[in-house]
Amino acid sequence: MPESIPADSVGLVAPKCEHFDEPIELECGRQLASYDLVYEAYGELNADATNAVLVCHALSGTHHAAGYHDMTERKPGWWDNCIGPGKPIDTNRFFVVCCNNLGGCHGSTGPMSPNPETGEPYGPAFPMVTVRDWVVSQARLADRLGIQRWAAVVGGSLGGMQAMQWSTDYPDRLAHAVVIAGAPRLSAQNIAFNEVARQAIRSDPEFHGGNYLAANTVPRRGLMLARMLGHITYLSEEAMRAKFGRDLREGKDEYDFHYEVEFEVESYLRYQGKSFVNRFDANTYLLMTKALDYFDPAAPYGHDLAKALEPAQVPFLILSFTSDWRFAPSRSREIVRALLECKKDVCYAEIEADHGHDAFLMPIPQYLAVLGTYMQRVANEVGA
Amino acid sequence: MSELRTDLQMVADWIHPGARVLDLGCGDGSLLAYLHAQRQVTGYGLEIDPDKIVSCIASGLNVLQTDLDEGLSDFEADSFDQVIMTQTLQAVRRPDKLLDEMLRVAEEGIVTFPNFAHWRLRYDHSVRGRMPRSEALSYRWYETPNIHLCTLRDFEELCHTMNIRLIQRQVMSHDLKRLRMAQWRPNLFGEVAMYRFRRAD
Repeated sequence: MPESIPADSVGLVAPKCEHFDEPIELECGRQLASYDLVYEAYGELNADATNAVLVCHALSGTHHAAGYHDMTERKPGWWDNCIGPGKPIDTNRFFVVCCNNLGGCHGSTGPMSPNPETGEPYGPAFPMVTVRDWVVSQARLADRLGIQRWAAVVGGSLGGMQAMQWSTDYPDRLAHAVVIAGAPRLSAQNIAFNEVARQAIRSDPEFHGGNYLAANTVPRRGLMLARMLGHITYLSEEAMRAKFGRDLREGKDEYDFHYEVEFEVESYLRYQGKSFVNRFDANTYLLMTKALDYFDPAAPYGHDLAKALEPAQVPFLILSFTSDWRFAPSRSREIVRALLECKKDVCYAEIEADHGHDAFLMPIPQYLAVLGTYMQRVANEVGA
Repeated sequence: MSELRTDLQMVADWIHPGARVLDLGCGDGSLLAYLHAQRQVTGYGLEIDPDKIVSCIASGLNVLQTDLDEGLSDFEADSFDQVIMTQTLQAVRRPDKLLDEMLRVAEEGIVTFPNFAHWRLRYDHSVRGRMPRSEALSYRWYETPNIHLCTLRDFEELCHTMNIRLIQRQVMSHDLKRLRMAQWRPNLFGEVAMYRFRRAD
């Protein structure tokens, strides 16, 4: 909880909601007849609406990217390190929009929302959504907000994939694409981790084939395991060693020879898992991991990523982090290489960081300098 | 725009207007920014130093954080008109392989490097018995990044064995008077050498 709002914070913010009655045809072949998108916005949209930046969230992210909902909130929005007055995505210059993606569990239409046909929560009946579907829905949100062209679409991890998708699906509706700790598609190892996470959820006896809300329960154990597993892949070995080492809890220095929590790292993972269960829906987690698995823009082009990126008209900033093994620098370089092949404008930086994949959320000076400098250039270009 | 370093100015004179250029070890990007503004050149700079990458981004350039020792495999063959490497050849692990890579990705290469046969360096070594230092080579032996220093003669010999055709040579000195001497005996009086080259047919 902040005692007072820091000067470089966007301050107290409140989510907004837009309702859409125009059906959206999803990539899976199904459609949503109507849906809500919950979003937050920071800064002021200028008169020509040229200074808007779309921030896309990652797997477990939300529309709450910066600032505080109220003075009792323990932590600010998930990307508060990068969004705010004077921060890399400077709200003195930009109008920043972040929406909860379709299928989410923080207000936008998703598995927890009532299915208009039954009046009951969609649950497992909610259709699969993909990165492409999200981008379509975000474009409709842009229409609604009077934004014809984003100054930049920016995202980390799964958010970076949305930025890539934007650049090819709506090439004239953005001026820059910023892809941070991204990948052009998941590797077999990435999919494998997602599958174990899904199995953890789906094999929980409380899952009830996804209809756990109707059964008045939640698959806590499964979702907790899924998050614990995911969390390991977000951290690097160095980060874990530095943070926990082999330390035992409560300053103990002898083993107790039991299966309860003994090591600090066990305690941390359980805490992360448990707190995640309170803020996230299991069906949404399943959907989001599938959206990751399905993302493969090169597939329709004979797996030629350069061909897939050919329609993009914008300069790219691609960033990776040295210790990220989930989406390693080599994955970002695949994107860079494809962009070079089709002669696009691109900047690439590999940030020295030992935080693993999570580095994209951290206030690492070199990272903030690169992102901030690039965004200033964007601001100057669009007259923000 | 601020004045371009003299050697960069001379390199700029060798760049074709509108060319597609790759600058290896582009530093803070001043050459590329100049070429972009004055010669409508497009292309990319490769740099390893994080601070210099920020400078390049600030100048609106395409810069890619790259270790030149890992080669230019991110680039397709013949994707550039000219590839430039100023004052970096002597600091890479395998200059010969990099020269080869340069002529794979571009039709024409331009390099500049400090001439290790300059008379002052010869004097330092042979008379004073010291590791040579000069204005163009200011590092002390224990901290120098320059691991493959060479002379004009060495470079020309390497190009010959690698079937690289030298198109133009220019030597520089830190003042104009010595520059005239340098034209006369380049390997003795030239402090910095500049070459333009292509693959021999």
